Amino acid sequence: MSWMAWTTPSALFFIGIACILIGMTYWEIVSPCIARKGFFPIETTRGDRLFISLLSAAFIHLGFIGFTEVTIWLPFTVAIIWLLIVMKWG
Amino acid sequence: MNKPHSNKAWFLVLPVFILVAFSAIVPLMTVVNYSLQDIFDVSTRYFVGTEWYREILNNSRLQDSLVRQFIFSGSVLLIEIPLGIGVALMMPKSGKWSVISLLILALPLLVPLNVVGTIWQIFGRADIGLFGWALNSLGIDYNYAANPIDAWLTVLLMDVWHWTSLVALLSFSGLRAIPDAYYQAASIDRASAWAVFRYIQLPKLKSVLLIGVLLRFMDSFMIYTEPFVLTGGGPGNSTTFLSQALTKMAVGQFDIGPAGAFSIIYFLIILLVSWLFYTAMTHSDNK
Repeated sequence: MSWMAWTTPSALFFIGIACILIGMTYWEIVSPCIARKGFFPIETTRGDRLFISLLSAAFIHLGFIGFTEVTIWLPFTVAIIWLLIVMKWG
Repeated sequence: MNKPHSNKAWFLVLPVFILVAFSAIVPLMTVVNYSLQDIFDVSTRYFVGTEWYREILNNSRLQDSLVRQFIFSGSVLLIEIPLGIGVALMMPKSGKWSVISLLILALPLLVPLNVVGTIWQIFGRADIGLFGWALNSLGIDYNYAANPIDAWLTVLLMDVWHWTSLVALLSFSGLRAIPDAYYQAASIDRASAWAVFRYIQLPKLKSVLLIGVLLRFMDSFMIYTEPFVLTGGGPGNSTTFLSQALTKMAVGQFDIGPAGAFSIIYFLIILLVSWLFYTAMTHSDNK
């Protein structure tokens, strides 16, 4: 674990991101996505929606960490729910 | 089922992916690792979770730097983009004077960043600098080392001097790419100069302006060398932008953990704003 100063949480975080990217690639090969318009004002592909979800997840976490004292699992849950909403209806 | 394209083409992207992995992704992962630890070196480190992020987000000096940075980048875009387009529109379209104009415009872009800072530091001085001396001779009390407004104006002016050329050159190349048929059609319709600009030139410039806006936003948001050489972030902290605050934290104080958290937040802001610009400009066609 000393290589690159890894810690278990950061390793898990990057493994999670890598799994999402591999999963999305496999999904795209099995069923190529067609851009569509959901509740966002722009037409989005599946990859766009994932990017928007991940970027918002970062800011959701920052918002909770910076301005509240709640446990990290609350923004994590909010981010997961937001990701599901965006992927389904975004 | 017929596939719309061959996925094997993605293997061609592999060399670029490997290069980017080593030049950007792996360093970024390291910064994320550092941001979660109180770390001095690999053997002296303690996991602190999100503590540094909380500290950075609540640091009033950094919040002030962020506000300053947004004001600076906003001002840079508001001045340099219209000015660059204006310069490009006024440039000779072809011939000897066109080449001379292009050469003159390219000159500021060739000057190294710390030399730009030094040029303006001397240029703005009231005793030996032409600019500062001229303003003071006109009765304007100008001193960028003591007055925050003067310092801001000098930093802005320096950036405009250095980078407007980039927007002008990009716009000029965009304007030259418009086929004459568009102008001929416009003259048959007796379109005014404004109508030609609004309905032919500006829409055709969109792709180069997108590059211009993104480059200028990212560059100005990451500005470090020029204000550091010119004002050193002063007077007080009035021209201390995010990069300078980050450098002070990472290199000056050797607070690697907080600096890592700061870097990630900084990166996320640039990513968000650049994505917003990109999306807004590429999707405006679809409306």
